[in-house]
Amino acid sequence: MDEPTEDIIIVKDLVKSFGSFTANDHLTFSVKRGEIFGFLGANGAGKTTTIKILCGLSYPTSGELSIAGFDIYTQREKVKRNIGYMSQRFSLYDDLTVYENIRFYGGIYGLAKKEIDTRSKSLMERLGFEASRNKLIRDIPLGWKQKLAFSVAILHNPRIVFLDEPTGGVDPVTRRQFWDMIFEAAHDGITVFVTTHYMDEAEYCDRVSIMVDGRIAAMDTPDNLKQQFGAPSMNEVFIKLARATSPPVPLSQGRGGAGGEAANNTESVKWT
Amino acid sequence: MAAVSVVVEKLTRRFGETIAVDDISFRVSKGELFGFIGPDGAGKTTLFRILTTLLLPDAGSCRVEGFDVVNDYKKIRNICGYMPGRFSLYQDLTVEENLNFFATIFGTTLQENYDLIKDIYQQIEPFRKRKAGKLSGGMKQKLALSCALIHKPEVLFLDEPTTGVDAVSRVEFWEMLSRLKAAGITILVSTPYMDEATLCDRVALMQGGRMMSISTPGEVIRNYPLNLLSVRAGDIYHLLGELRSYPGMHSVYAFGQSAHVAFRGTGIDAGSLKVFLTEKGHRSVEITPIGANIEDCFMELMNTQPR
Repeated sequence: MDEPTEDIIIVKDLVKSFGSFTANDHLTFSVKRGEIFGFLGANGAGKTTTIKILCGLSYPTSGELSIAGFDIYTQREKVKRNIGYMSQRFSLYDDLTVYENIRFYGGIYGLAKKEIDTRSKSLMERLGFEASRNKLIRDIPLGWKQKLAFSVAILHNPRIVFLDEPTGGVDPVTRRQFWDMIFEAAHDGITVFVTTHYMDEAEYCDRVSIMVDGRIAAMDTPDNLKQQFGAPSMNEVFIKLARATSPPVPLSQGRGGAGGEAANNTESVKWT
Repeated sequence: MAAVSVVVEKLTRRFGETIAVDDISFRVSKGELFGFIGPDGAGKTTLFRILTTLLLPDAGSCRVEGFDVVNDYKKIRNICGYMPGRFSLYQDLTVEENLNFFATIFGTTLQENYDLIKDIYQQIEPFRKRKAGKLSGGMKQKLALSCALIHKPEVLFLDEPTTGVDAVSRVEFWEMLSRLKAAGITILVSTPYMDEATLCDRVALMQGGRMMSISTPGEVIRNYPLNLLSVRAGDIYHLLGELRSYPGMHSVYAFGQSAHVAFRGTGIDAGSLKVFLTEKGHRSVEITPIGANIEDCFMELMNTQPR
């Protein structure tokens, strides 16, 4: 099998431009197999653009990318077979049942019918969802939905799973149960690439990158970042970095995206 | 006792079989910054929609600045500002057009109440000719707040204004709220972020349509019934599993790189726990007694309240 230290995501000099706006400005990083990698940044920093490229949904303007050993330009279908994806906004179909969703995603990910049957059965057992098998997704609690969405995203045993703000709006207990599932998946060798606005969740990651205005402003283990920025928590590291950004740029100067609006504000609110 | 701004008594609202708001009662004083903390499905949005007269209650009564939400709804609409959870301004109007539209609706002008929104509006003013639909999340949020304030409301309802917003914009948003509070506006704000509770005068912790507690953030913390240890050791995944198997444990939750271990009385001795973890192969185990934070309290309340 693979070396435990194999780089499963390799990104070299990734640039993505939309007209005159550079959403991703020469990103270079790699993620190891089984690593939990936190991909952080302010709203509009360019995270979604990067994730779309890593998932094979959008071409980079330039740069070299290898995902699970496949080239992002020439082997996009192979990339897609080897990754899972879950986001808070879109993950499961509300008007399909629990079982129908599992079957649907199993099919999308190319599993045989028999395989789908065995895996969905064991999945529902593990989550304790047997009694809810025929319930519509819209009728189950949000916390269940998110656990199910995650399980479905790794149903086909992908090499990498991309989680885009997976825990938004969930209660604190369910949020932690969700992270238990992430730890378990990583322990089983699945690489986890996750974005979040909860800075305590950033501390659960093996390594974290923080994107500011299309560039990676910092990347290291949470411990090293806290030390480097002399901050007691990732929340403060994040605020120090993202607050250092430039003031708003007027429309006439044509910064098409967002990200620049975080004004330098000297007053501060006390957080505990 | 300060004058009362919002009074809710035995309020219930159902949707089919779901009880979204379940027999809730509370009061908010004039000028208070009152927070509703709870996950999706706690009933926060339903409560706000009833208080802003957009939804009728099934049972119970609510008054805002002395006006009844059912009978005096027109009066309430004139004195309340409401920022819904979902961005609901006109995407195909510009920043300026949206503001002028809302000002006109309320029979006022941008100039008339400029002082109140100046701090917030100045941050988006460079983009005033941009269509609202083309703004970033943070800018949309500032525009929505400006629109909710344009008629100088007495009471401001903010439904999850910081959901999906990054940590920096969240801090900035709360700074804006403290300035509005200083201007004398009563603010009711909901959020799923537990850390924001500490920025409110009082908070209601909500879950499943009910209020688990209503008090100041300091009281919430003082009422925490357990003792807590913060435990750190390299591998959090195995650490959590082993801590959960330890006798006398009440609950074990991950908090960043540490685990918070809750127990009753003197149920757990830090020294023995350290020995146990070291025997399990953990190195550099650090155990520190700590006080609870709001999230510890919220989770404990969730565990003890009937669902």
